Amino acid sequence: MANAVDAPKDSFRLSMLIYDTRYRSLTIQVIVLMLFMAGAAWLVDNTVRNLAVLGKDFNFGFLGQRAGYDIAQRLIPYTNADTHARALLVGLLNTLLIAVLGCFAATVIGVIVGVLRLSSNWLVARLMTVYVEMFRNVPLLLWILLVFTAFTEASPLPATFRVNAQTGEAESSMLFGLFAVTNRYTAIPDVLVERGLGSLALGPLSINLTFLAIVAVIAGSLLARRALLRHATAVQEATGLRPKTWWKSLLILILPIAALLWALGVHLSVPAITGFNFTGGVNVSNSFMALWLALSLYTSAFIAEIVRAGILAVSRGQTEAAFALGLRPRRTMSLVILPQALRVIVPPLISQYLNLTKNSSLAIAVGYLDLRGTLGGITLNQTGRELECVLLMMLIYLAISLVISGAMNVYNARIKLKER
Amino acid sequence: MSETGTQTVRFVRDTMLPEAAPPASQSGAVKWLRENLFSGWLNTILTILGALVLFQILRGLVPWFAHSVWNAQTLGECRQIIAETWGEGARGACLAVVRDRWTQWTFGFYPAHLYWRPVLALVLLFAALAPILFSAVPRRLMAFSALFPFVGYWLLWGGTIWTPVVALAGFVVGYAVWRGMAKRNALAAVLLAVAAALVWWLFLAGPVERALAGVAPLALESVRSSSFGGFVLALTIGVSAISLSLPLGIMLALGRQSDMFLIKTLSVCFIEFIRGVPLITLLFTASLLLNYFLPPGTNFDIILRVIIMVTLFAAAYIAEVIRGGLAALPRGQYEAADALGLDYFQAQRLIVLPQALKISIPGIVSTFIGLFKDTTLVVFVGLLDPLKGITDAVRASTDWKGIYWEPYIFVGFIFFLFCFGMSRYSMYLERRLKRDHR
Repeated sequence: MANAVDAPKDSFRLSMLIYDTRYRSLTIQVIVLMLFMAGAAWLVDNTVRNLAVLGKDFNFGFLGQRAGYDIAQRLIPYTNADTHARALLVGLLNTLLIAVLGCFAATVIGVIVGVLRLSSNWLVARLMTVYVEMFRNVPLLLWILLVFTAFTEASPLPATFRVNAQTGEAESSMLFGLFAVTNRYTAIPDVLVERGLGSLALGPLSINLTFLAIVAVIAGSLLARRALLRHATAVQEATGLRPKTWWKSLLILILPIAALLWALGVHLSVPAITGFNFTGGVNVSNSFMALWLALSLYTSAFIAEIVRAGILAVSRGQTEAAFALGLRPRRTMSLVILPQALRVIVPPLISQYLNLTKNSSLAIAVGYLDLRGTLGGITLNQTGRELECVLLMMLIYLAISLVISGAMNVYNARIKLKER
Repeated sequence: MSETGTQTVRFVRDTMLPEAAPPASQSGAVKWLRENLFSGWLNTILTILGALVLFQILRGLVPWFAHSVWNAQTLGECRQIIAETWGEGARGACLAVVRDRWTQWTFGFYPAHLYWRPVLALVLLFAALAPILFSAVPRRLMAFSALFPFVGYWLLWGGTIWTPVVALAGFVVGYAVWRGMAKRNALAAVLLAVAAALVWWLFLAGPVERALAGVAPLALESVRSSSFGGFVLALTIGVSAISLSLPLGIMLALGRQSDMFLIKTLSVCFIEFIRGVPLITLLFTASLLLNYFLPPGTNFDIILRVIIMVTLFAAAYIAEVIRGGLAALPRGQYEAADALGLDYFQAQRLIVLPQALKISIPGIVSTFIGLFKDTTLVVFVGLLDPLKGITDAVRASTDWKGIYWEPYIFVGFIFFLFCFGMSRYSMYLERRLKRDHR
């Protein structure tokens, strides 16, 4: 019976932890985990001991204390009697404001420059190449400082806009009669509401009903337009003829909001010079304008390259195929080229938006109080809580980034090529 | 036959006509203009607009540069020269500030009698870079490239020569241990080599250095980090961070592609964290928080801290770029490596990485360009970068108070040269490494 040599017992030897592929990855991971834990413990232990030596503790109670400093530009009511947490919120909103406006302007400029760089016009294509190379190869900080200098050094004093009584002329004149660029601020028209709807107080929050109404009406118009288009598609599928929709959708989009704005009595209040300063409009600080312009111009150079690459990525055959199918140029663009180009353009575009948001922390160079200036600047210096402030600031920036890149992942998943 | 012969041929041309010149509208400059500038109403409008913009820019810039003054000691003197030469109200560039203060922009507050050291370091840097950048240079010079970090450190910071020598000796010790053990047990050899090097650096290096310094006091005058500034500082931070972040980025990218859950998670967390926060907050961590994270009483050099942070920052971005390169590689390449029986590191080193890195060259270089531009942010942690730190210092002097445009244009021009050069090099590298015939 016992004719075969017994197979070696499947006994476990220590060396198998390294040489047996079944266990090796486990071994490595356990070692890495131990090293990681040891490193983390070392850092935490150091921090605890350092805090003890300095006689500090780790708590965020300072956020509830009185801030005691003023913030020139604020989107929500704030005085220096408010708390550090409120100052943080003001700073965060300022960061988001510059990010949103910057992304918008950078996209507009970037798309124009990117398309023009592909133009067959020799002069314009060269000019745009110079633009892109100039902005991409010089630090952003330099552009911010340069634009800020242009505003503070090369713009006129507010008083020069005053009409001289003898000559009947002013030294400087406003742009389109609406904007005035001065060396201290840029005066822009304000939007005033005559018959506002008031606001609804919900505990600490107060909701501006006028704003809410405008948003609701716009959302309603968009929904109605979508229903109209869906109906048109249904008719087209049933009869083969697409009813004309352009004037209907235009009416749906414009009429309700126009009616609402008229009912609310919304009008522009143009700034005018009284004494030495402009009043009646909004005086936007030059630090904001410089930061906004520089961020937009700098990022637009990168966006231009992305747009150019996206358009070049759609092969010529696609256009020709669409023409061969009898599509008109406009529909070729909207149905064939753009969907394919956007798939290439959007992911890097979003990462440029992220870069712009992070780069807005350079506001420190021109003294614009964003998140970095309030929480990571004055609050940090006043309370002396570097650890809490810097960690909280990083967490907030991280949260913004993760939200944006999360949105990008959703979009990517939606437009991904469905391959079999 | 005869009938056909009766037909008289009225005219036969027996010579070729000479080639006629094309119509004036179809040749030369006119044709070029019509095709490239005025091919349609839209293009014509664009051309006119472009020409107007160009004219406006040149109208401002050309006289400004044409009236520039290079020989003056103060801004007032400079303005006076412009007014005397070109008439009252003429505007001109006071580039004399560059001539007067270029040493400050280049060296910061580095002691003037020691300027030869950064200059020599820069020359040696080019010598060290040559074999890495250009394949025509003999490979053997790579040995000098490996040695350069130690030489460069010694030249820039000075101090006893034994500090870099002893640090270098750590690598030698590790290598010797590995060579001695590699025959018997490869894994044990690597572990022992690392352990030996660590033991050398942590426990033996200090005493050995002091002993050697006592026996042979070879030393350069030491320069403190606070005297660094200008382009020496930007290049020091930029070059060290660039050379350190590439290997780190490759490791992170491989970690992110790894099958091991823990390694992958740690890599992803690290990359996403770094990419999610602005560089400024990381620099603040370096300047304010490292004191909390390190054992009480440790205090190390601010430039070194900044280099570490900038390296980590760039490494995360490079990891993402290389991940793209790894993903772009056809699956068959990995499978072919497996089929050849290569183990993980062999497959990565011989098959995967050479191709993935080649694909990622443009992304890697643009990350490097971004890194070099970002070295200007060190001004916010108190270092004197050429852009804001030194410019503010120059403007704070009574001689040059009130000068705004010239310093920025000068510094911007230098940055442009460096960054544009880097991007051109990446194009050259792409062409050289191109293997397909598309």
